[in-house]
Order: sequence, then C-alpha cells, then structure tokens
Amino acid sequence: MATTTGTSIGTTELAKSVRSPSLLARKHVKNTMWVTSITIFIAAGGLVLLFPVAFMLSTSLKPTSIVFLLPMKWLPYLQFRADWNNYPQSLAFMGWITVYGNTLKVAINNMFADVISGAVVAYGFARFRARGKDVLFALLISTLMIPYVTRLVPEFLLFSRLGMVNTLLPLIIPPWFGSAFNIFLLRQFMMTIPREMDDAAKVDGAGPVGIFVYVLLPQIRAALAVVAITSLTFNWNDFLRPLIYLNSHSVQTAAIALANFQADYGGTPYNQLMAATVVNLIPVVILFFVAQRYFIQGIVISGVKG
Amino acid sequence: MVATAKSAARAPRHGIGRLARREELWFYLLVSPWIVGFVLFLGGPILASAYLSLTHNDPIHWPPVWVGLANYDHMIHSFVFWESVKVTLYYVAVSVPCSIAMATIIALLLNERIPFVSAWRTIYYLPAVVSGVAVALLWQWVFQPQFGFLNGTIWDLFHVQGPDWLLSPYWAMPSLIIISLWQFGGPMLIYLAAIQNIPTTLYEASEIDGAGKLRRMWSITLPLITPVIFFNLILNIIGSFQVFTNAYIITQGGPDYTTYMYVLNMYNQAFQYIGDMGYADALAWVLFLIMLVFTLIAFKSAQFWVHYESPGDQAGNA
Repeated sequence: MATTTGTSIGTTELAKSVRSPSLLARKHVKNTMWVTSITIFIAAGGLVLLFPVAFMLSTSLKPTSIVFLLPMKWLPYLQFRADWNNYPQSLAFMGWITVYGNTLKVAINNMFADVISGAVVAYGFARFRARGKDVLFALLISTLMIPYVTRLVPEFLLFSRLGMVNTLLPLIIPPWFGSAFNIFLLRQFMMTIPREMDDAAKVDGAGPVGIFVYVLLPQIRAALAVVAITSLTFNWNDFLRPLIYLNSHSVQTAAIALANFQADYGGTPYNQLMAATVVNLIPVVILFFVAQRYFIQGIVISGVKG
Repeated sequence: MVATAKSAARAPRHGIGRLARREELWFYLLVSPWIVGFVLFLGGPILASAYLSLTHNDPIHWPPVWVGLANYDHMIHSFVFWESVKVTLYYVAVSVPCSIAMATIIALLLNERIPFVSAWRTIYYLPAVVSGVAVALLWQWVFQPQFGFLNGTIWDLFHVQGPDWLLSPYWAMPSLIIISLWQFGGPMLIYLAAIQNIPTTLYEASEIDGAGKLRRMWSITLPLITPVIFFNLILNIIGSFQVFTNAYIITQGGPDYTTYMYVLNMYNQAFQYIGDMGYADALAWVLFLIMLVFTLIAFKSAQFWVHYESPGDQAGNA
C-alpha cells in the first residue's frame, strides 16, 4: 500500500531542473523546512500516542511499593527493581488456563466459521444464477446497516429459551451461518476472477465443488486471510456478548475475567492489573506485526469499498 | 459434464431449462446457511424485538404481557433516559468530528516524504489494533487522579494537582472522548490509501501553476478524499452511538450519570436490574431511529461538501 507514494518525483524533478539555480536552492531550503517541521510534529504526536503504552509496560514491572510514588519512576532496573512476578501472579489470579482456553475456543472456532460460511455463501452469490438472487443480495446488503444492539435482547431471549446461557454456544453458533460483511467482501473478490478459469476447470471435469476448492479459493487467499484475521481479533476482544451470556467462571473468556479483575480482587493492584492487560494485548500485537499486510488490507477494503 | 453439454446442444430449450434448474439448486444450497441464519439471528430477532418492545417481559414473567406503548411512555418520562441521550449526543458530537479531523490531518502528513514514514504509520495505527477491555483498563490507570500517567506527569512537571478526570462530572466525558481519539488509526489508514489513489498528474499540473504544498493539500487532496471521509463519517456515527465497553468498565456511567451512555442504560435495564427486556427492546428501537436520523442528516449534508470527481470511475476503483 506504500508503493504509490512519490511516483511523481521523476516528472517534478524534470520540471525543477528547467528553472534558474537560485530558485532551485530556495525551493530546496523550503522543502527541507517543510519535511523537518512535519517530522517533528509527527514524532511528537507518536510519542503522545505511545506514552500510555510505555506507562502500562513500566507499571506492569513495578513492585507494589513503587506503583504509588511521586515523582514517577519509569525505567525498570535503572530506577527500580523489576518485579516479573506480577505476570504469573495476575495470570494465576485470573485462572488464565480456563479463561484463555475459552477465548481460544471461541476465537478459533469463529475464525473457521467466518471463513468457511463466508466463502461458501459468497460462492453462491458470485457464480450461480437463480430466481430471487437479486432480492436476497439486496437484503444481505441492507442488513449491514442494522446495529447489533437492535437484536441483542431477542437474541438473548432465544438462547436463554434454548437453555444455552452460560455455555459458549451462543458465541460459537451464529458465525457458522455467515456474516453479511464477510459474504459481501468475499463475493466481491470472487467476482474479480475471470469465469474463463471456471470454464477451463469444467473442461477438465471439475464440478461446482471442484471449481470452488481448486480455482476460486486459491485465488482469493488474501481476502480469506483478511476475514480470518479480522475475525480473530474481533473475537479475542469481544466483550458485550460474553458479558451477557457467560456468568460462571468456568465458561468465561479472558475479556470478562479481565473486566472482573478489580471486583474479584477487592481493590486495584495496578501493577498486576497492567501485567494482565499486557498479556491480553500481546497476542493481537504480535499477530499485527506478523500479518500487517492483511490487517491493513482489511481496514482499507472495509473503508474504501463503500 | 461432457454428456450434459451434448444433450444441451441436441435439445437446446429442454437442456438449458434443466441446467438452469441445477444452477438454481446449487445457488440455494450454497446460500442456505445465510438464509437460515438470517431468519434465526437477524430477521426473526428484529421482528421479535419490535413486538417485544410493546410487551412487558422479564426472566420471571414469561410469556410476554401486551402493554401497548407503556414502555415508550415510561421512556419519555424517565430522567435516566434523557440523561443517557444527552451524554451520548455530547460524545458523538465531539468525538466524531475530532477523530475525523485528526485522522485526516495525520494521513495528509504521513503521505509526505519524511524519514521512517512506514515506521510512523505503524506507530499511529498500532492503538487501533488493540481494543476492548484491555484498552479500557489501560486508560483507567492513565487517568487515575493521584498516580496515573496524566496527573503524575502534571505533578512531576508543575507540582500542581491535575483534575480528577474520570471521577469529575466535568472531566469524565472529555476523558472518554480522549480515549476514543487515541484509536483513530483505522480511518487514518483509509484516508492514506485514498490519498495514494489520487492521480499524480493533478499534483504535477498544480506545481507547474505554482501552488504550494499546503495549497495542494487543501485544494486537491482534501476535496478528492471527501467521499471516503463521508463514508467514514457514517461508520463513525453508527459506531459512536453504540459505545459500551469503555463506559461500562471505566466509569459505570458515573459520576452523576455524566457518562451514562445509551447502550449502557439499555444493558442495565435488560441485564443488570430487574431484567426488563421489553423496555430494553423499546430503547433499542429508539436508538435505531436516532441513528437513522443522524445518518440521513449526514447523507443530506453530503451534497454540500462531498466532491465526486467522476462517479463511474470511483466505482471502478473500489
């Protein structure tokens, strides 16, 4: 996505060289000033954005006696003795094996559910003609506009009538039926793949399933990765749904355990709380650095597509 | 496959009909998960919600009892409801324009050829990657009145006590808005992508005409990305009306209902207090209507500031 910056430079250079040397020099000084002032501004803003994160990391390593101290101590090892015990202690307090196990169950199930259901339904919309298809597609698009809170309560009533409250089922069943956004996204990608490729596979004896698996899916790998990563991060962080459906500790996700940390503790041990927070954030940040391309694609597609 | 093709060639009308039927069958087979899901989790619940908003029902009282417009009547006489509408409008009115302005300005600057530009882009985007409870807790500690990052720094630098932030009726809402502004990375990336889609020939022409850098930003870049800004405005309005996690975790709506966001009220009515599900459904519908009105206003306003270069082209690019 950074590839298109500054492609104009060749032509502008040419335009500059035609002008007189003194004008060129003045322009050069002006340009340097421009770049320098922007860099300073951007660097200052970046620091402001990162300070809260640095404060969190620093606090997570502080012994309790250092947390509430003014002037603030920032640097572990240099200004205070780093206490790594905050991490195991806070994780043990949260019952981390249970809650992160639940979070992983939900996140991984939902990732597969979102990718598979999205791709299958998108394939139907992208490649098959049928009566009523346009109406259904219009319906699909219009559901994108409906806020989740509108169906929050009836959905809860449905699952509570089915006796599924306090199980992970209300979180892991709905994704298998496809979400409008994923279907729309994957359909758009499938539409860009020439039908000649389908026809070639048909000649080789492939049926609708063969075309889907061997022709279309390999071609839209990037879009599938976008769906998978968006789904993973969303479910890792999701709070409102787990809050409503999961009451007992054995089924809670990490987000809920983290939210209950202070109430369960009966106070706020900020050093341990920040350690637990860091642990919760790290997987998403690592995923971001590993799959940066797909994160950015996901954001850009969802924003520019409209 | 070959056999079908042959028979289709021999008896065109009959063959095509059968093929078309097979295609239709495949379509409905593939789409069936979504249709079932739509009925169960979307269309069904929404219709149910419209009906339930006219009933009284809670975990003990089932089946629902028809009460007509009583829930809506209760709503317009509820102090808490009006407080929640007020603070939510405050939040949306400040947070949405500020975050759009910040995202636009930073995107314009990060499009310039400055050193380490991709590292800066990553840093500015990073806060948007994380979200949910962890972010709420992080900021709760940053805003802690005595030893948090903000007041700790103010004390270290100036030896004065800063405001109480989340505990102060005046500062609680601005604090929540500051948190929302920290995560403007998503829209920023979208604007950046839109800026990079602008044909460079436009800039070259204006440079020959002697336009300065700021002038080019204002007269070329900004108008050309207004469609994307508009789209983000809509998304941002819809998202901001539904803010829940930060208010629930950090302030619980307090102090004095100054951060009692709309969805927090809805959650409390349905799941926290007596479990008045019918009233919560009525609240959900009213929120939906409020959001609809604001979205329509945004759409109406578009003709005054959104600049469409060539609609056909735009669709082709997207």
